[in-house]
Formats: sequence, C-alpha cells, structure tokens
Amino acid sequence: MSEHCIIIGASHAAAQLATSLRQEGWEGKISIVGDEPYMPYHRPPLSKAFFVGEKTEDELLIRAANFYEKNNIDLLLGCRVDRIDRDAKKIILQDDAEIAYTKLAITTGARVRKIPFKGSELAGVFYMRDLNDVKQTHKFTGKGKSAVIIGGGYIGLETAASLRKIGMSVTVIEAMSRVLQRVTAPEVSAFYTRVHTEEGVDIRTDAGVDAITGEQHVDGVRLSDGTTIPADLVIIGVGVIPNIEIAEAAGLTIDNGIVVDEHARTNDHDILAAGDCTNHYNPIYQRKLRLESVQNATDQAKIAAKTICGKLETYNTLPWFWSDQYDLKLQIAGLSQGFDQVIIRGDSENSRSFAAFYLCEGRLIAVDAINRPKEFMTTKRALSTGQTADPIKLADDAIDIKDAFTN
Amino acid sequence: MPLIIFKSHDGETKEVHAEAGTSVMQAAVDSGIDGILGECGGSCSCATCHCYIDPAWVAKVSPADSTEVDMLECVLEPKETSRLSCQVILTDEMDGIIIDMPESQY
Repeated sequence: MSEHCIIIGASHAAAQLATSLRQEGWEGKISIVGDEPYMPYHRPPLSKAFFVGEKTEDELLIRAANFYEKNNIDLLLGCRVDRIDRDAKKIILQDDAEIAYTKLAITTGARVRKIPFKGSELAGVFYMRDLNDVKQTHKFTGKGKSAVIIGGGYIGLETAASLRKIGMSVTVIEAMSRVLQRVTAPEVSAFYTRVHTEEGVDIRTDAGVDAITGEQHVDGVRLSDGTTIPADLVIIGVGVIPNIEIAEAAGLTIDNGIVVDEHARTNDHDILAAGDCTNHYNPIYQRKLRLESVQNATDQAKIAAKTICGKLETYNTLPWFWSDQYDLKLQIAGLSQGFDQVIIRGDSENSRSFAAFYLCEGRLIAVDAINRPKEFMTTKRALSTGQTADPIKLADDAIDIKDAFTN
Repeated sequence: MPLIIFKSHDGETKEVHAEAGTSVMQAAVDSGIDGILGECGGSCSCATCHCYIDPAWVAKVSPADSTEVDMLECVLEPKETSRLSCQVILTDEMDGIIIDMPESQY
C-alpha cells in the first residue's frame, strides 16, 4: 500500500505539519481533514486585527489557497472524523466514509470551555475561538453599543481593547481578585488594569455572574451582587479544553491532553499529535506541559513531521507567547508558573514600557516584556541556551539588557 | 506581480512572484521557503522571519519602525541590511528584489 499521512484537524499545527512533511521529503499522500469549512488560518488575529476589520478573511490564511494544491496536500474541509480504527489503520468519517492511513497525526487543538450561565443561549452571546464565532459577532458590534466580557484573561482583554477601538463601551467581569491572575505577577495585572481603565474599560474583579439577561437578544449581565450591566454583546472567554475525544476513544493515552513522547508520538507510534491537544514533557522546565500557543503548534508539528520521515529529533523549545492590546506589545518568553520572585525593569506604574522577570530560587524562568522587544529577544535566547542572569543588572534599566546575562 | 529572489545562506536561489501589498514573509511562507518561518503571522512579535535586503535594493524598501529596530538588534547575526520580512511590504518598484536569508532564525 502506498504511504498516506492523514492529519486530523485543519489547525495551525496541521498547516505546519503538512508543509514540514514535504520539506523533509515525504513523497506519500498527505490529507488534512478539518471540521470547519476553512483552510488553516491564524487564530490570534480573531480577537484583534480581524475583529476590528484591519485584516480580511483571506489575510488570516496561514498559507495561500494554492499552496496546498502546489504541494499535493489534499484538504477535506467541513468534514468530521467519527473515529479511528487503529487495527485496520483507517479513519471513519461521520458520513461513514473510510480512509486508510500509514501515519496519522492528530492536531485537533482545543475548544472553548463553556459555562452554562443562565441566559448563555441568548442571541448576542459568543465565545471567541473559531472564525465562525467572530464573524457572527460583527452583527452585534458598533460604535456606541455596550459589551460585557466575562473573563479577564488574554482573550478577554484583547477583545476589550478591540471593542474600545471600534468605540463600544466595555466592562470586563473577572471572578478572581485580579485580571491575568493565572498567568502573571500582581505587578503585571495591576499594569493591565491601569491601562484598560485609562482606555475607558470598566474592570470588575471578584465578580461572579448570576445570569445573562434578555428575552431573545441579550440585554445585560446580572452579577452575583445583584447589579446588572447593560449589554448588546456578551463575550465569554474563560479558557479552553483540549480536543482529545477521538484519541481517547481510540485507546490512546490521555492525561490533560494526548500524551506524546519527545518525538511527538502517542503510545501508538504510527499516530502522532501536535499543538494545543498534546501533553508533553519539556526538558527546559523538566515537567509535563499542555501549552496553548502558536509556537507550540508550529514547533511540535515540525518535530512530528521529522519523526514521520524517520528523523528522530527531541522537542526541546522554549515556550513563548504574545498579546497585542492598544499600543502594548506584550511578548512572553518562558513559563512563569512557580515563580517566587519578580524583578521589574522600567516603570510599570506610570509608563507603558517595562519588563517583569520571573525567578524561582534565584534562577530566571520567564519574562513578560511590554513594549520591550530587546528584553524579550535577549531573555528568550538566554533561557534557550541556559545563560544565567544577574538580578541586580536585570533591575537596572540603565544597563544594557545584553550585559545582564553571562554564559 | 513583483518578483522576489530568495537566496539561502548557501547560495541556492528561488524566484517567487507575489502581489504588491503582501509581505515578503508571506510570499516566502506561501512558497514553502523554509529559511523564513513567520511564526507570529506577521505581527512583528517573533523575529523568525529575519532576512537581509540586498544592498542595491535597500533604498526601495520603507524603513523599519522602532519595535522592529529593537528586535533586529537582538537577532542572530544582525547586519546593516537586516529586516523582519513580515514588515517589508512589496511594491511594484521592488520587482526583482533580492532577499538573502540567514543561516538560522534561532
């Protein structure tokens, strides 16, 4: 039988995996099966440039439409995989069609966590994950209208910034005591709260949602303390959960994601997985991770493609992330979880440019760099190559950031 | 459509046509050129699309903004002609531009 690599999920990881397979010399057939009707697209602009109309649908595409044809990559879009038959090495689609594979890659990503608030079925209530979601929000946006965002994480805050840009009044409801609580230091949360407030966003922390109100169309959000905030649009951004169901049903090992080894292989070595849906060991942080990021989708997909082509390399990349809000470019290198010390370089209380370095037992583990590309780039390289940082020099904005690191 | 000539660090060239208004990064990605990654999709966040503009063409390219300049200062092997290709938007005047690619983006 001729070689056929099937990729399930037309995601960022899928686009990279298919491309890397060709670059690594895979001569067999490649098929990407995706349940959305779209070719693989960039998701980060959905809450930003696409949301405010600065990017078109075509500009979201990761690769131009003709790329797949030119590289002999078949796209089966609007097509849902029902199950994997590992013994027969085939996938079964929901319309009962069967496709045989020699190698299978699962890049199904993650989906939004849904919370059954009373009223969450009303028109004008949205989650932000898919292009379809965001296209529908456009009917409910407009200058002078009001929006309530439930969830003060990155997606919630990016969306708040976008809605302000188009002239809407915006309230952000956060259940915890500060925005970005799960992912940043208090200083960074305080910074984002200040900037959003300066930009006209009403941020309510320690606030629970009692119900989303309205008849057919949403008209407000009632908080646990009884106050109601009027809203023409409600966006819920409270995290994602990995799409592991078809892998689990096929008997693959699952533990907060599809468990893969350092070569992106599941416990069935003919089935690989990459991106948000995986749980993998990171040698830099010496622990198992499930990451939600473009970097992870891209880099793990490259490793998976190499493995499929018989070139075993270890996935050992420093995680990094970014978030654009207003005139703020946040770039994050490394993972700050578990930090016991924060060093601020620059003025986080009055300016819009500083870096927060995270340390654990005296060792630098991550940086949040806001309008500080040099700090980001330098720290990213230092963490990747194992350089050590001098905490005193990190804190001193007068010293070139490059001089804060030694081999 | 302007022509771009991508030159890899070992001298291999690939010619690509792309519409004016697209970025050099997107043109590279759409052609499967593996020396330019463009992980962040063109938002000037990752510096994985670093390239060098052939000196004869530098004058035809609009200058880098301050974010890009700061990022370029920290890429591997920066040169006077370094650019992030996601920020280099093609115009008809750039027809035939030569883009040299670095050995590595990391």
